[in-house]
Amino acid sequence: MANVIKLRKGLNLNLKGKPAEEMTNVKATGQYALVPDDFHGVTPKVVVKEGEKVKAGGALFVDKNHPEVKFVSPVSGTVTAVERGERRKVLSVRVEADAQQEFVEFGKQDLLRMSAKDVLGILCEAGLFAYFVERPYAVTANPDASPKAIFVSAFDSMPLAQDFEFVLKGQEKEFQMGLDALSKIAKTYLGVSAQQKAKALTEAKNVEVNVFDGPNPAGNVGVQINHVNPINKGEIVWTVGAEEVIFIGRLFCNGKVDLTRTVAVGGSEVKAPSYVKLAVGAQLTNVFAGNVNEGKSLRYINGNVLTGAVTTKDGFLAAHATTLTVIPEGDDCHELFGWIAPRFNQFSVSRSYFSWLLGKKKEYTFDARVKGGERHIIMSGEYDKVFPMDIYAGYLVKAVITGDIDRMEALGIYEVAPEDFAVAEFVDSSKVELQRIIRQGLDMLRKENA
Amino acid sequence: MSLRKYVDKIKPNFMEGGKFHAFRSVFEGFETFLFVPNETRRTGVNIHDAIDSKRIMSLVCIALVPALLFGMYNVGYQNFMASGTEGSWFDMWLYGFLAVLPKIIVSYVTGLGIEFTVAQWKGEEIHEGFLVSGLLIPMIIPVNTPLWILVLATAFAVIFAKEIFGGTGMNIFNPALITRAFLFFSYPTCMTGDDSVWVSQNTICGLGGNVPDTFTAATPLGEVGAGMAPSASVLDCVIGTIPGSIGETSVIAIALGAILLLWTGVASWKTMLSVFVGGALMGELFHATGMSTLTAVDHLVVGGFCFGAVFMATDPVTSARTEGGKYIYGLLIGVVAVLVRVMNPGYPEGMMLAILLMNLFAPLIDYCFVQSNINRRAKRAIK
Repeated sequence: MANVIKLRKGLNLNLKGKPAEEMTNVKATGQYALVPDDFHGVTPKVVVKEGEKVKAGGALFVDKNHPEVKFVSPVSGTVTAVERGERRKVLSVRVEADAQQEFVEFGKQDLLRMSAKDVLGILCEAGLFAYFVERPYAVTANPDASPKAIFVSAFDSMPLAQDFEFVLKGQEKEFQMGLDALSKIAKTYLGVSAQQKAKALTEAKNVEVNVFDGPNPAGNVGVQINHVNPINKGEIVWTVGAEEVIFIGRLFCNGKVDLTRTVAVGGSEVKAPSYVKLAVGAQLTNVFAGNVNEGKSLRYINGNVLTGAVTTKDGFLAAHATTLTVIPEGDDCHELFGWIAPRFNQFSVSRSYFSWLLGKKKEYTFDARVKGGERHIIMSGEYDKVFPMDIYAGYLVKAVITGDIDRMEALGIYEVAPEDFAVAEFVDSSKVELQRIIRQGLDMLRKENA
Repeated sequence: MSLRKYVDKIKPNFMEGGKFHAFRSVFEGFETFLFVPNETRRTGVNIHDAIDSKRIMSLVCIALVPALLFGMYNVGYQNFMASGTEGSWFDMWLYGFLAVLPKIIVSYVTGLGIEFTVAQWKGEEIHEGFLVSGLLIPMIIPVNTPLWILVLATAFAVIFAKEIFGGTGMNIFNPALITRAFLFFSYPTCMTGDDSVWVSQNTICGLGGNVPDTFTAATPLGEVGAGMAPSASVLDCVIGTIPGSIGETSVIAIALGAILLLWTGVASWKTMLSVFVGGALMGELFHATGMSTLTAVDHLVVGGFCFGAVFMATDPVTSARTEGGKYIYGLLIGVVAVLVRVMNPGYPEGMMLAILLMNLFAPLIDYCFVQSNINRRAKRAIK
């Protein structure tokens, strides 16, 4: 039996609109967009021109500092636009899919005979290395680095998140192949939830399996690293999303790049929450059309409600997103005397509301309001209750705000990513933007240490 | 929602370029007081917990209400007893209400006036912290404190204990206690003096009676400090019908507030409990060695001990912020409070000084806990 790690700190949110475990077919619009900003820390250099033809798996842009790391098209088609913003920053590369899909052939590989370098080479070439994230700094990984380990979390504990066991069904072979490939590069750890029973996870080969039992954010790979093999100064680890392990497996099994995800579509405003198959960068129009409640202002989220980014109903699936969520925006809502009214339908971890009386089964509808003004950090211990790492979250945040680099290092900023602060940001009564602050701190440090 | 429409209609006047722009912070303060802000963010988490600092501060104010109401009654009760006036409990309460209300108004007007000005000047929202401080201040002073001194003390505390540090959340000392300390050291005769400060002297709107000039009433701690046995029993102290600062006398009323604060988690039970443990240990020690006539229980129920432990020591901003640190912080407050009471003849009440002293040391306590985490991380790297 694998090592079981119990986590007590955290918070599970019970939101309305959980995706049912069934597939819904959605007709693709044929429009795709790859957004360089989804790959944090990359300076994109576009290698295609408007009107050029690309195959699925063909590079659209590369990292200027590491041209071997390619960012590839999820489909074969025609590059319709390279959108640029201020100072010619690349916002997205648009591709219109062909009716007949063609793939770049990478050929079947014999993993057993490959060295770590060979594996990395083909992953970079096929655009899959782009999905590796490196800590410290939580940025797109650098293939020249030598990581001490690779971490994969096989579950997402965020609200309304994708259930990876459901996604995994029928793809067990590819998943194991992906893990095999990772284990060629470095020692690989797989974090499994105590609720997951699939043998492909609990008995995965060539990796060290750790079982995590606890509330959100137990599924965050950063939390798992902190408990299994924490990052020390000077060390590097890579993390890969569970579904991206399947991408890797597909490459080694079939010799093709297939960036199709099984995306969970949920939220209180989705009429029939379920799963849909979407390739990375696919346009979302048909996912939402006719499937969301009308007549009010809605917030479409690329990802889950805590870490996802705001998009539009015609937006594109973000590179790392495994979940899509639709909630009310709430900007048309004016609650009278909220500071004293009982507000029975509101959820709070504080007992100054009544949600603690209503049990854990009650499902809540959240809107996107901040529900209070931003203040200095007033209450103490709020973050610690939902931050299951051996780190003083409040002190780390303050070190970042004051720009104290030595103290950030000492307090463990190398171990965290912005997403690890998502639950703390949710419960914060001072409404401080913790994730933005941590990202700022990580970027500051990365620049300083470069 | 006609109110909402009205607010929306007048809102542009207060925004940049509007004719009342100089009152933007005041307008925002009242708008967010009326309605939960409908602001949404484009970045960060997409959903938020319903709790905000307004609700937390309001809760503390609600927790203070029992002690305040009882304090008003007690002000009347003390006057009626001293002057030999007959009256129902409601007359006594009304008398106290009329005696205390001006202090509450003065404290709020002074403090909030400064807060509004600073918020306008810095272009920030008004911080709610003073909602609590403004109510605490009238409750921890003797009833006969002149209003002009109160204005001075409140202004001093808000400006020098809070705003120059950056406002609520950044201050080192509890502003309400700084108000009291300012009074205590600048106008000592108004705070203890000849013991005539604790009982309201005159009739108010025909209620109550005039107390003869020669009348004095000492607090139990004052009596002990002067070498006498306290005239009030433990039961009197628990109920609260003794002379003392307006809000601090009744243990029962304070306990009601404590229950609310602990239940809602606004105050840390770790801090509160350890203050009592520290006070009891030290009281017991002094009693056992014969240095004090007061037993441990006496120490906990008299003076401002309960009030300080429940409402002052637990202030999240000025107390220790690490969970382990809260035990030490609270324990030392209890210890120092009793130590000052017993060992220092000049100050019969030690709670205020103990909390202010530990406010000063809270960052040091936290430093030890945070540093041990840092050391652990550093050690791990070397291994």
